[in-house]
Amino acid sequence: MDVRTKTVIALIILVIAAVFCIFKDLSWVSANVSYSFQEVWEALIGEGSWASERIVRDQNAPRVVAGILVGAGLAVTGSAMQAVFRNPLASPYILGLSSGASLGAAMGMIFTVPFIPALIASPILAFVTCFLTMALVYTMARAGGTVRTETLILSGVAVSSLMSALVSFMTFISGDKLEGIVFWTMGNLGNADWNEISFMIPVISICAFLLITQAKPLNAMMIGDAHALDLGVDVKKVRLFVLVLSTLVVAAAVSFVGVIGFIGLVIPHIIRILLGPDNRRIMPLSIIGGACFILICDYISHVIAPQFGTLPIGVTTALIGAPIFVYLLIRRRREVGWN
Amino acid sequence: MSFEVKDLRYVYDDYLVLDGITLPIREGEIIGILGPNGCGKTTLLKNLNRNLSPKGGVVLLDGQDIQGMTKKEIASKIAAVPQTNEIHFAFTVRDIVAMGRMPFQSMMGGESSEDSRIIDDAIEKTGLGNYRNRLINTMSGGERQRVIIARAIAQTPKILLMDEPTLHLDISMQFDALKLVSSISKESGMTVVIVSHDLPLVSRYCDRIVMIHDHRIFAVGTPEEVLTPENMRTVFNVDAELVMDEKIGKRTVMIHDSLGRP
Repeated sequence: MDVRTKTVIALIILVIAAVFCIFKDLSWVSANVSYSFQEVWEALIGEGSWASERIVRDQNAPRVVAGILVGAGLAVTGSAMQAVFRNPLASPYILGLSSGASLGAAMGMIFTVPFIPALIASPILAFVTCFLTMALVYTMARAGGTVRTETLILSGVAVSSLMSALVSFMTFISGDKLEGIVFWTMGNLGNADWNEISFMIPVISICAFLLITQAKPLNAMMIGDAHALDLGVDVKKVRLFVLVLSTLVVAAAVSFVGVIGFIGLVIPHIIRILLGPDNRRIMPLSIIGGACFILICDYISHVIAPQFGTLPIGVTTALIGAPIFVYLLIRRRREVGWN
Repeated sequence: MSFEVKDLRYVYDDYLVLDGITLPIREGEIIGILGPNGCGKTTLLKNLNRNLSPKGGVVLLDGQDIQGMTKKEIASKIAAVPQTNEIHFAFTVRDIVAMGRMPFQSMMGGESSEDSRIIDDAIEKTGLGNYRNRLINTMSGGERQRVIIARAIAQTPKILLMDEPTLHLDISMQFDALKLVSSISKESGMTVVIVSHDLPLVSRYCDRIVMIHDHRIFAVGTPEEVLTPENMRTVFNVDAELVMDEKIGKRTVMIHDSLGRP
């Protein structure tokens, strides 16, 4: 079986699994109770009972849509960042962007910001702190002219722990908002309501689309900046554009659903192992893969310990993502590009 | 296509690298830029396609300052073979060579049948026919260099810039690479600018030679005019002479000895 056939089969299985999980998530009431397909459908089109409409349409559906947006957004962002930094280890989580964005988002939740409507205060502050984090990590990693893997990861780790400490500090002084913030930092798809999702949809889908348009220049940049320049790519412009778009996606995702790790790292990796490094394939498939992965994780979150309620999605993605990552690190070095 | 460097200056931080380089480059010629390490020859080459922007002076392509052109416009006329580092992503040889067509494609556009023909042709010409699907991250430095040369050829440039193109190549490949480039130059009138410190190879394939010394042009002219024992002593600190290889009737440089650090 050639790679293409394998991939198509893998994709079909993945999408079927994701569709199954979407239905399970939408129909979820409690550990022992769930709606039938017909009840879910009626609730979605507004012909269900009062209770089914509240649960399916106002509680479960936003969760599924948020999952699709965040999974797709984080995965495509991860693939773009891996290309820009020419480093298969780059991801929003590892470079500290997620914790950078959570700092701003936490500030938005705790303080009342003048002139900015409450709904978008968190995402705007998250964007600002996320961008500053990106600039800080990049400048530190660039010291000496070239971005080296070691310095990039080390500065990501350093800045990330600084940001996490600041988030903890914010949480500590937040008083009666403490529980909400703690719950949010674990990453929870249920955090987003329809208002917030209507803000996320354009931001994440436009950014994801614009990132895909950069696939070809990013391919050239994966060979090296000098090579890309020789091929007519305006490297500085593409790099800045991609980093700003990535920051927007991460800020939107983090401020509405919290920190969700490993998607941006693991999904592009798996696709790259199957299909090679061409971003024209990696980026669109990351969108599908990221969305499916998070939906499957969300279903697992529901069933893993129902007596405690639904597990925060960030916990599940890390529980599943970290072992996959370790497997990649140990077994698939060569394919991944760590020679 | 006329190509000209006028009073080019370049400074890294506070360190002067190029101090007023003026050099008209003739259409279709193979010109070698020679000089010891750190003399600024690679910097000069990078200024020629705006990989770096000069701090003074201009590079004129058909009379137009390249500072005013887009990177894509420049890349559609000028290709480069830079010194290559390791590539960590598993692109195939064909993927990399196909990138040579990027300056001629729209942002999202794919490969035209004309593009495919040019790519396959470049792969054949560089002897990579059996390597098409090899992964670049599993190849040696010399093999990678050949792939990058193939990519530059696929860019169908009017001007080709090469930075130490023979550095990692096997001895026979060094000759093959320069033979290929010079035959394309003869066929299509492509101008070639080669930066090197490989005196024998450059003396053999270049029509004209520029010697850079202390960040300025020290000598320009035919190999016979420039590669005199005195010049090579001053610039390279070697005891060497340009001789005729009787067997093939071509020039080469015999290096007798290093003169030691003065």
